[in-house]
Amino acid sequence: MTAKGLPSSDCVDCPVHLAGNLLKLGVDMKDWDFVVALAGNPNTGKSTVFNALTGLRQHTGNWPGKTVARAEGGYEFADKRYKLVDLPGTYSLLSTTQDEEIARDFLLFGRPDVTVVVVDANRLERNLNLALQVMEITDRVVICLNLMDEARRHGLEVDARRLARDLGVPVVPTSARYGEGMDDLVHMIDEVAAGRFVCKPHRIEYLSRSLKKAVSKLAAEVEAQFPGLPNTRWVALRLLDGDPQMRQAVRSGELGELAQQVGAGALIGEVA
Amino acid sequence: MTSAAGTQVLATATALRWKIGGNLHEQLVEAIYTDAARIADRAVTRPDRKPRFDLDRTIDRIVTSRVWGFPIMVVLLGMVIWITVTLANIPSAFLFTLLIDTIYPFLKQVAANIGLAWWIEGILIDGVYLATAWVISVMLPPMAIFFPLFTLLEDFGYLPRVAFNLDSTFKKAGAHGKQSLSMAMGFGCNAAGVISTRIIDSPREKLIAIITNNFALCNGRWPTQIIIATIFIGALVPGYMAGAAAALAVVGVAVLGVLLTLLVSWVLSRSVLKGEASTFSLELPPYRPPRVMQTLYTSIIDRTLIVLWRAIVFAAPAGAVIWLISNVTIGGAPIAEYMINFLNPFGLLLGLNGVILVAFIVAIPANEIVIPTILMLTVLVGGMTGVGEGAGVMFELNSEAATGAILRAGGWTLLTAVSVMLFSLIHNPCSTTIYTTYKETGSKRWTTITALLPLFMGFAITFFVAQIWRLVVG
Repeated sequence: MTAKGLPSSDCVDCPVHLAGNLLKLGVDMKDWDFVVALAGNPNTGKSTVFNALTGLRQHTGNWPGKTVARAEGGYEFADKRYKLVDLPGTYSLLSTTQDEEIARDFLLFGRPDVTVVVVDANRLERNLNLALQVMEITDRVVICLNLMDEARRHGLEVDARRLARDLGVPVVPTSARYGEGMDDLVHMIDEVAAGRFVCKPHRIEYLSRSLKKAVSKLAAEVEAQFPGLPNTRWVALRLLDGDPQMRQAVRSGELGELAQQVGAGALIGEVA
Repeated sequence: MTSAAGTQVLATATALRWKIGGNLHEQLVEAIYTDAARIADRAVTRPDRKPRFDLDRTIDRIVTSRVWGFPIMVVLLGMVIWITVTLANIPSAFLFTLLIDTIYPFLKQVAANIGLAWWIEGILIDGVYLATAWVISVMLPPMAIFFPLFTLLEDFGYLPRVAFNLDSTFKKAGAHGKQSLSMAMGFGCNAAGVISTRIIDSPREKLIAIITNNFALCNGRWPTQIIIATIFIGALVPGYMAGAAAALAVVGVAVLGVLLTLLVSWVLSRSVLKGEASTFSLELPPYRPPRVMQTLYTSIIDRTLIVLWRAIVFAAPAGAVIWLISNVTIGGAPIAEYMINFLNPFGLLLGLNGVILVAFIVAIPANEIVIPTILMLTVLVGGMTGVGEGAGVMFELNSEAATGAILRAGGWTLLTAVSVMLFSLIHNPCSTTIYTTYKETGSKRWTTITALLPLFMGFAITFFVAQIWRLVVG
């Protein structure tokens, strides 16, 4: 994110001129307007994206599993303050290790305004497994198609537009290590957070007929009992899978409380 | 707490689960995989021909090979330490000359001129200043060279290969293969290593990883090892081999730490923490060309300065305390002397001495200050005079020679040096790590075990080494 010379006055207001627009806030995160979660497989560069946006220097290392607790930082863009939460890398949201739980609980109960799924362009298929699961939980997803530099080096071509169309959410190609594409990423996060870009995320297909019926029936029940809950389909799926944590959240009525919290992000402080 | 709405939903869920049968999880995973594969396939165009030469694969075949994997690990670590040992002397000598040979007498002079009360002068200049100056001149140079080199290796992607190489060994020890990663983190900082055990799912294997993390030499202890090895081990061989010999000794201690990790894991997994090792998949990330400038910046600012700052924060008050216990007398002798004399017989049994044991107690908050504390106590209590005097005279001497001279005057022998290196590796973790262990395990019992097990092992090992040494060497 290097500003090459000062933008002329015409450019300052133009959303294309983002470098001058971005204000890295470090850990100063008072009165944020939006909460953005960074999810993704291990070692796809989430922390690098985090550092590039917040100006912080979370330790980054080339090995999976480096971030085990979530880190938080902030930035300001187009007069809005964003709180960015770097989650531990996970391969899926279906299993139960501690680092994966932190990521899953935050997406589910922390209810970020936008979730950026950082995916490795070189291992798209495996990375999409997680992206699809995230998109089951929340609509407002931006895919950060990272490590494009490595993909180029390996002669891979990834069609970001095609991907965006298939997934129904914005896809931003980046090389976070070199700051490439970060401007587009903050811009896209802004678009989705403000509701100017409405995501129509892809839903998982190929479930058997009986299962589909069971899911929608249970989802309807969840919706009836906990009106206002945004991700009833995911809750239903997890309950049908017998996820003990989800059962506990339902039993204790914790889900109901979540449904009450219409202003997303209000709960963040409490979900530790 | 239960809610009516929740009970209702759960009842429906249970009824439906009965109907759909048990293969939901498989169905779901399969559905996700199918979708992901389809979407990815449409978006990605692969190169027509596989490149004939895949650099990453080739490197991996070598560094993770059965034959070459381990030797390469040892050689890489050895080279990093050798570079540190060789280069650290230059800035170290400079800082030593500046801080201890020049500024220290100057401060004493100023204090004398303005007629500062002797005890204020003692606490501030002989206590706080000298301890801090020693931390900076002795600890900073090896840190400032070691950390960037280590971080470059990490940035390059070598750590997961280390984990890969060690995986099967850890399995055989009844521990989780990922423990090699938390151990690698421990080579930086044990508190961070303990936190990183969260990547291990099984509580049994996680506990093993936490208890043994202390055997990974940390930030605070690398410089201690490097300094002692440089002074005492390096002196055993001709000058041109000194650096290599010192590096080899430090690598030996680090490897011993890994062996102890494996041994203790093996014992634990066959006694109090019985169970089978679980399997996992480890992804070998691509090699990435390290960003040298950024790595230098991050490791100097974030690691070196933070660790140094921590050392200074602990060293400054410790310096004041050391000065006080060395100068406040009860019945004609300073308090420190009582402590040292009290611990001395026990210390000698372990090949150490009273001063060293007092230093390890003072350094419980931060291992970084072990050496500075030993130097302070040796100078203050040993009644040594002349440190820093005649700034011009000591100019040619490098800091290692000066440090070595102080230690030898304090009665150090080669056995003392070896015992300190061993005990520095095998003793209780620092207070931060102990606290982190308590937070991670939530158990006073396991925290106590984590703190005391290595301490008693350290006692036992140094005791045997000292006894055998004295039998053989005499």
